[in-house]
Amino acid sequence: MRKRLLPAAVVLAPLALAGALMAQDAPRLRGPEPFTEEQDAPPMARPITNDVRVRRNYPDQPPIIPHSIDGYALDLNANKCMSCHARRFTEQSQAPMISVTHYQDREGNTLGGLAARRYVCTTCHVTQTEARPLVPNRFRDMDELTEPERQPGGRNNR
Amino acid sequence: MSGDETPAPMPDIANAKPGFIRRRWNWFRKLPVVRTALAPATTLSLGFLTLGGFFAGVIFWGGFNTALEATNQPSFCISCHEMRSNVYEELQGTIHQSNRSGVRAGCPDCHVPHEWTSKIGRKMQASMEVWGHIFGRISTRELFLTHRREMAEREWRRMEANNSLECRNCHSPEGMDLSRQNPRAAAAHERYLFTGEMSCIQCHRGIAHHLPDMTGVPGWQQR
Repeated sequence: MRKRLLPAAVVLAPLALAGALMAQDAPRLRGPEPFTEEQDAPPMARPITNDVRVRRNYPDQPPIIPHSIDGYALDLNANKCMSCHARRFTEQSQAPMISVTHYQDREGNTLGGLAARRYVCTTCHVTQTEARPLVPNRFRDMDELTEPERQPGGRNNR
Repeated sequence: MSGDETPAPMPDIANAKPGFIRRRWNWFRKLPVVRTALAPATTLSLGFLTLGGFFAGVIFWGGFNTALEATNQPSFCISCHEMRSNVYEELQGTIHQSNRSGVRAGCPDCHVPHEWTSKIGRKMQASMEVWGHIFGRISTRELFLTHRREMAEREWRRMEANNSLECRNCHSPEGMDLSRQNPRAAAAHERYLFTGEMSCIQCHRGIAHHLPDMTGVPGWQQR
């Protein structure tokens, strides 16, 4: 009996150890409490609605939405976003026009209106909230990598 | 022009047979019920009749008003499954149903005019909705969706015609503090609402219910 248990322990112990180590290392998206205990949900974060355009982190990042979109219709029947951001409404709404890529199909042919593949705005464009990030974000701007001396604080800033 | 023509015989009014309407009227006036109703009271005192009329009026008017109020409650609206499982379901979670201050707008707040004459007019129109309920015009979800555009258009037409009167029962441009609105909303209200160029519904469609297919609706083009 013992002869059988020993190999099993040899095999299982590192697995258990690795599991324990990885569990410590895993990002705790749900907080420090063990997952077996039910936690109160954090309060809903409010969207940022200051209408200030935010710099993109890289040139082809979809711009974020600086206003609330609560209750905006976005389904098969209606697209509320286009009531301001469509080309013909930008004069009256003073909203930025959707980019020309949104009028092209996947072959690059320009269409008369919004391309079907761009219809669901919130696939790429999202609102922002003041919520604290669940995990630290180590993203660095491309300029920071290529021209560190030009960034505020220079090279020592890294 | 010859003057010696015999003039056309004058109709004999006194002996003519009375016309159809007059005959019906005479028959009506001679009915025993009508004769009694038109005769002066013989046994009832003037005081009884006056006070009795007053109290009967109170009861009838009160009853009418109570019935009017009873049919002007959201609970009455959603006693029909068409309303409960479609539009009322969609209202849940919208700003007019749940919000930070707990003020609610129920169905009649937006769909029945508050002013008396218009209210009675709307109530008479609503008898068509009873007809629709009885004959099941929107008795299934599919039928409801089929008719959604025309029903929505009817509401938009009504609100565009009366300058979004139902919205203005609660929201008034005078009461708006633009400094507490976000700049985008403030600019839009200043430019379109305060100038009277547009009324509420032209921008705020589909805020309490889902929208129908908006193809061709002004302001919803995707170009």
